[in-house]
Amino acid sequence: MKMESSNTIEPITMAQFMPQVIRFKMDGWRVVQICAARLPEGYELSYSFAKSYDMRTLRLTVATDETVPSITQMYPGAFLQENETAELFGVKIESIQADYHDKLYRIARPTPFKEKG
Amino acid sequence: MKKLAKSPWLLHYDASSCNGCDIEVLACTTPKYDIERFGIINTGDPFQADILLITGGVNSQCEQVVKQLYEQMPNPKVVVAVGICACTGGVFKDCYNIKGGIDTVIPVDVYVPGCAARPQAIIDGVVKALEILEEKRQGYREHAGKGES
Amino acid sequence: MAKRSIVPFGPQHPVLPEPVHLDLVLEDEVVVEAVPSIGFVHRGLEKLVETKDFKEYVYIAERVCGICSFGHGLGYCQTVEKIMNVEVPPRARYLRTIWMEMSRVHSHLLWLGLLADAMGFESLFMESWKLREKILDMFDATTGGRVIFSVNCIGGVLKDMDDAMLKAITDTCAEMEKELKPIARAFLRDLTVGSRLHGLGVLSAEQANLMGAVGPMLRASGVAYDTRLLGYAAYDELELEPVTAAEGDSFARCEVRIKEIGQSFDLIRQAAAKIPAGPIAVPVKGFPQGEYFTRIEQPRGEAIYYVKANGTKFIDRFRLRTPTTSNIPPMLDMLKGCQLADVPLLILTIDPCISCTER
Repeated sequence: MKMESSNTIEPITMAQFMPQVIRFKMDGWRVVQICAARLPEGYELSYSFAKSYDMRTLRLTVATDETVPSITQMYPGAFLQENETAELFGVKIESIQADYHDKLYRIARPTPFKEKG
Repeated sequence: MKKLAKSPWLLHYDASSCNGCDIEVLACTTPKYDIERFGIINTGDPFQADILLITGGVNSQCEQVVKQLYEQMPNPKVVVAVGICACTGGVFKDCYNIKGGIDTVIPVDVYVPGCAARPQAIIDGVVKALEILEEKRQGYREHAGKGES
Repeated sequence: MAKRSIVPFGPQHPVLPEPVHLDLVLEDEVVVEAVPSIGFVHRGLEKLVETKDFKEYVYIAERVCGICSFGHGLGYCQTVEKIMNVEVPPRARYLRTIWMEMSRVHSHLLWLGLLADAMGFESLFMESWKLREKILDMFDATTGGRVIFSVNCIGGVLKDMDDAMLKAITDTCAEMEKELKPIARAFLRDLTVGSRLHGLGVLSAEQANLMGAVGPMLRASGVAYDTRLLGYAAYDELELEPVTAAEGDSFARCEVRIKEIGQSFDLIRQAAAKIPAGPIAVPVKGFPQGEYFTRIEQPRGEAIYYVKANGTKFIDRFRLRTPTTSNIPPMLDMLKGCQLADVPLLILTIDPCISCTER
């Protein structure tokens, strides 16, 4: 048995980002995944949302010291993954509900994913 | 193995392992392998434990917990490092957050390699630990109880 | 106002085989808030992908967690295969399905045992784990490993099963199905067990969706969502209907998992009957370039694998969003308002896998 499903990655600008997240929330999408990847300059943030079997990933490109708004106002369950992204990569995420201030994993070496190797 | 005079109780702690060895340690206590036939009981209380079965390569955060558990256990006590990560760091050795084997933090008496360590190997390690425990107990008695009858 | 106090819970706790710490804010005996602090098993495995060959990394992916080991290997391989456009032979897809469902049986039985242990029902714990040994014997016979057995590779699987082995597996399943009955009866009919589970930690469908619950936890709240229906491996050719329950309490979560064991037996039977002959792997040449998100259904729920590759043998980024990461926020919600004595049991009903979560 197989359900119809989609799985897309859509680039989005910072200005469009929050309105889109609010639209997702109103349409009943749930947040399934948040992750960062290192670019030569800055980071690439992926926010995946799912509704039924469809998945859409919003792709945000940010500079190293650019701040990103937290989506925990809309999706309180996202706090773990946002804290993780902030702690491992050093992405500056603003006003997370339940902000651990880089004390989620309490790792010995700060922002280990920021540099390669 | 010599006949045992006492029922040693064991404490299990997961010091950043992958769960593989932990579920095998638990499997040891179930009917098929039945480590309890040696009079062993799996306890959750370090103050009541004689044997510490410990898995995984220690990370910076659980280092303190491991030390504390070891301190809380009464003397004499033995430590069994279960799984290759607990022995040397294993596949996780290169991780930024892993210190290496358990012996980087507390003294280890028996090393049980394997990924994951099989129940037979774990039981073998525990039986070895029982002998060491008995030796330590003898030494302790001679040292501490010279005046007692 | 009742007196407020904070009780630390963990990291070393008799009920949990894994370390997790919670600060429980109590008003008398009732929990008003739970603040988790994790990191006791954080190793940083995602980072190793930058220094290990992408084919070798399968072994690391499998060691993210010893319980969900096979699934993690599968998820990683599927993602890389998708990026490299590798067509996995049908026989390998069926073999993967069989091992995946066997993993689900072993994981759910393990959980049932731990649940019984948390309630102090020692003999039920022993019975569940005794039954689980049968499936571990089958892992041992087919792969040579009991918990971590490394049979996935990019392009297929490393070991085949002959007809006699497939028959042995289906026979074992039939035998286990019979032996599961009294255990299931104890969980679902026993008054004492029921009194601990009924009405404990109710999660509504809306709340589950908002907080992002996945897997049996989501299905126990009445949402029929099962990522196996995406049709990866051989699931597109097998019949399956998501198991759901309506109540959303701990009992419903227990019921869903017990029914899923039966469903897995059924899927194994279907797969063993339909498995085609042919090769079990295709050779893979070159290096991956591109990115992809894969979803698979682990025993604990939907897991998401992301690989971003740059055309060399070292992958840029590997990300794994495990089911427990998604299930912790709704669990913290459920803890609010429950009795202190019920906390260990309630934590257990989400089937937490901390090793997965922290990687």
